[in-house]
Amino acid sequence: MIEAVGLTKRYGDKTAVYNLSFQVRPGSVTGFLGPNGSGKSTTMRMILGLDNPSSGQVTIGGYPYRKLPNAPRQVGALLDAKAVHGGRHARNHLLCLAQLSGIPARRVDEVLGVVGLQDVAKKRSKGFSLGMGQRLGIAAALLGDPQVLLFDEPVNGLDPEGILWVRNLMKSLAAEGRTVFVSSHLMSEMAVTADHLIVIGRGQLLADMSVRDFISHNSADFARVRTPETEPQQREKLTAALTEAGGQVLPEQDGALRVMGLPLPRISDLAHSADVRLWELSPHQASLEEAYMRMTQGAVDYRSTIDQRAGLQQELPPGAMAPQQMPVPGQGQPGWYAPPPPQQGGQPFAMPQAQPPAGPPSGPYGASAAPGAGEPNPYAQPAGATPAAAPAQHSSAAPDLTKPEDAR
Amino acid sequence: MSTPQHQMQQQAAPAPNWQGTPGTSYTSPIPITRTHLGHALASEWTKIKSVRSTMWTLGVFVLLVVGIGFLVAAQTTNEDFTDVPYTVPAFFGLILGQICLITLGVLVVSSEYGTGMIRTTFTASPQRYRVLTAKLMIFFVVAFVVSALSIGVVGLITSGMHGGSSDNEWGGTVLMGALYVSLLGVLALAVGSMLRHSAGAITAMLGVVLVPAILPAFLLMSESMRTIGEKMLEYNAPNALARIFQIDNDNGNGSSQLVLLVGVTAAAIAGAYALLEKRDV
Repeated sequence: MIEAVGLTKRYGDKTAVYNLSFQVRPGSVTGFLGPNGSGKSTTMRMILGLDNPSSGQVTIGGYPYRKLPNAPRQVGALLDAKAVHGGRHARNHLLCLAQLSGIPARRVDEVLGVVGLQDVAKKRSKGFSLGMGQRLGIAAALLGDPQVLLFDEPVNGLDPEGILWVRNLMKSLAAEGRTVFVSSHLMSEMAVTADHLIVIGRGQLLADMSVRDFISHNSADFARVRTPETEPQQREKLTAALTEAGGQVLPEQDGALRVMGLPLPRISDLAHSADVRLWELSPHQASLEEAYMRMTQGAVDYRSTIDQRAGLQQELPPGAMAPQQMPVPGQGQPGWYAPPPPQQGGQPFAMPQAQPPAGPPSGPYGASAAPGAGEPNPYAQPAGATPAAAPAQHSSAAPDLTKPEDAR
Repeated sequence: MSTPQHQMQQQAAPAPNWQGTPGTSYTSPIPITRTHLGHALASEWTKIKSVRSTMWTLGVFVLLVVGIGFLVAAQTTNEDFTDVPYTVPAFFGLILGQICLITLGVLVVSSEYGTGMIRTTFTASPQRYRVLTAKLMIFFVVAFVVSALSIGVVGLITSGMHGGSSDNEWGGTVLMGALYVSLLGVLALAVGSMLRHSAGAITAMLGVVLVPAILPAFLLMSESMRTIGEKMLEYNAPNALARIFQIDNDNGNGSSQLVLLVGVTAAAIAGAYALLEKRDV
């Protein structure tokens, strides 16, 4: 079991991790999520005693990592697949780690087999692909048959077979009663691997709950309803009928409707009694990715902007109109990822620049229902001070929203 | 990669029951033993012999000391050895060869920082002082054995070529010469551990070796700097080696220079230990 209490790490005047407290329990896979630069790796390094916390402490099985009598036999870690000396054979790399904790050499051959690197055991790790490096790192983590395992981005660079293998490996390790703590950016991976989630943003705890609770807390399921495009009055009729029945209806850009608060059969019945034909009635279940995006949208440090390619173009003569770019799915379109939360009434993303200046920000991260984030973050920028990253020249388009950095 | 359009199957994630399993923690069937310095020594021995830089630097060192020693021995006559020991030809190779040992000493530790291997190492052994101790011991033994053997071979070659011409005892010069260059390497290791950067640490060590040999030429020109210049001239590394090999007979046998190097190395090692425990890696 990993237990962090009030963990804080400062680098100069930059606070990487602030007052982080959580527990990682044995017997399940715990996912560790957060945008880039949110302090995940710093936290992992502090757990492993590589970085000393500025304040607070973290223990494994009751001991600080550096006080463990034989750390690799109790804790296995994959921090960085490239953290090997490239000139050394894979086998020698594992052998020197095994010798450090008194593990016999035959165990090295064993774990090489487990990760499937036995054929390249005598090859220098400089020539390894990223996926092979990950396998070598996982082999090093498994070397001591530890009861606590930490993986930082374990599936980076792995092929589909390797991803499946890592997923099953982590599940089976957890099923044996081990503590498995995994950080990843791949939401689809986390959704099928992790049982429990710890989410941080700007170094602070945003959520510590099961995957299922996390999704239901942070997103809303909805139904997508499409009426015949040739008859817009049908759409209005249906909207009225659905709203009357207690549903929330939001128009989508392509003419479809998002309906919340009504089950699918009820929507169908209402449409039937209103004499409206439906072209589409599809359930839209919120994914972990959407829930995550919603929660961390205010805590993303590094956002990409739309590439205007203006620097490459010749200057247009005065008065000429710039060619209108076709919108790219997912680029600068509001509400692409997540359905609007019911409480914010049609404003899909509570972006700082879209808020009325008089209205107080709903919370340090814009996500109002974040447990553990009740305490105001002294390091979070006030919402109004967030620089509007998107250039304002596209006045004709919808409010330019920048693409969240993690949406790849 | 998760595309926005892709809807994930939440059903695949089983209902977590993580709160209900506090007592079922896994314990390895293999007993856990307490680790000690012997484990770290075995590990560092594996490390130092499994990288090519060790073979290259030590190979070049042996080639320089034995090769130049052989050439010098071949170009000298019996009369040249009347009041110097047979190991003197090794001196010229050592002047160059010490740079190889400095490089290896730095690389033993800084290559781990450069590649990130140090994080893996310190995760496997959070007792950092133990890793550094093992590195220092293994490196010192390797450097001392290799340099003592090289100097000894030069001594044997020379005595074979110019037999009977010298009655100077040369066993002591083998040990002292090897000790001096090995300590320079150990100093380099300590500096590498403090600076954590291969090029930076090697440059710093070259400065330590070369600047005191060059600077006195300028310092001696000014009256006020003359004392410092003379001390530098006396204690710089090439001069210390010259004393050890009794090229400069009337000024002792280099033991005071050796003592100074031991002091500097001890201070650097103390600094390395202090920083090692305190800093983040």
